[in-house]
Order: sequence, then C-alpha cells, then structure tokens
Amino acid sequence: MNHLLTVVIAGLLSMTALLALVRLYRGPSLMDRVVAADMLLATIVAAVGAEAAINRHATTLPVLVVLALLGFIGAVALVRFAAPEKKQ
Amino acid sequence: MTPPGGTGPLVPGQSAAADWALSPIAVADWLGAASLVAGALLSLAAAIGVLRFPDTLSRMHAATKPQVLGVLLVLLGVSLRLRTLADLGMVALAGIFQLATAPVAAQMVGRAAYRSGRVERRLLDVDELAEH
Repeated sequence: MNHLLTVVIAGLLSMTALLALVRLYRGPSLMDRVVAADMLLATIVAAVGAEAAINRHATTLPVLVVLALLGFIGAVALVRFAAPEKKQ
Repeated sequence: MTPPGGTGPLVPGQSAAADWALSPIAVADWLGAASLVAGALLSLAAAIGVLRFPDTLSRMHAATKPQVLGVLLVLLGVSLRLRTLADLGMVALAGIFQLATAPVAAQMVGRAAYRSGRVERRLLDVDELAEH
C-alpha cells in the first residue's frame, strides 16, 4: 500500500506545484504571484506532511509548523508592500 | 498474507480471516491513507482553480479555502498514521496556525486587490465597498 500511496500522492502534489508555478510565472499582478507562492508553500506543507505520514517518522513535523507561519508572514509582508501598486 | 496497513505484528496462529478482520490499527491506517489522498486531491483542485479563475479575488478564494482544507486533511492523515500524543500536538499546532493565518492573509490579499483596482466588476453581484 505504501508504494502506491507514495506514487499517487507524489503525482497529485507535483501536479499541484506545477500549476501553481504556472500561475506564479504568468502573474499578471504581484497579488496573483503572492497567492500562487502561498499556494506553493501550502503544497510543500502537504508534501512534507505526507512524507512523514507515509514513512511514519516525526522528524519533519516542526518544519510543518515553521512553514505554516512563514507562508503567512511572507504573504502579509508582500501584500503590505505591494498595496500602492496602482494609484486609485 | 499481511493485514492491510502492514504494521501490526502478526500473532502466530492467527487465521487468514482474522488478518482481514478490521483491527483499529488497520482502520486508522486506511483512514489516514484516504485522508492523505483526499487532501492531495483538494490541493490539486485548488491549483486548477488558481490557474483557471479569471481575476485575483476568485484566485485568492481558490487558493485559500480548498487549499487549507487539503492541508488539514493531510495533517489528519499524518496524525492517524503516527498515533502518538507528542506528534499529535505538533500536528494540531500546524493545523491551528493554518486555520488562524489563512483568513488573515486572504483578507489582506483581497483588500490590496480591491484597492489597487484588480477586481473584475462584471463578476460581482454586489459591490458592498463601492461609494454610493
């Protein structure tokens, strides 16, 4: 079961990361890129968690917590920075 | 023949039928695997939404709600397969951070998108922030 699970989840999450990367490349605005980067990070959280679950180890669980906080801080900082992108 | 999940040590003398009887460990393993796959599927759905939706607000919506639910399902799968109290606490912490921070980030993105005019007006039913 583990092998099948690894293949299925790796395929799904790679597809997710690829689509998020396409949106990150296309833009068109900085906001869309922030959204896509946030999504990419959430995908990485899912991938690290899935790896820990499949191989049954807990070494990477603190990484999950740090990534969850880091994505939030990055998104908020970038959006605050980008707010006056266009004059109203 | 090993029981599904393949973790529980086989007691000698167990019959093949008893192997396939649902022990709690096997049930937790299967449920964990199912929630891992469901979480990955939701992440994929969110990515398709982010790629195909027409404007920033709807993309933000797709990147926030299904994505957070997907990550929570993956974390549920992790806790169902690890099954120790310390790991459970760490996973719960990650889930709580996701739940607490995703709405804030989405609100900030939405506000910045609205203020910089990146809203497709014809897709809105009501614009409650518009000046009357």
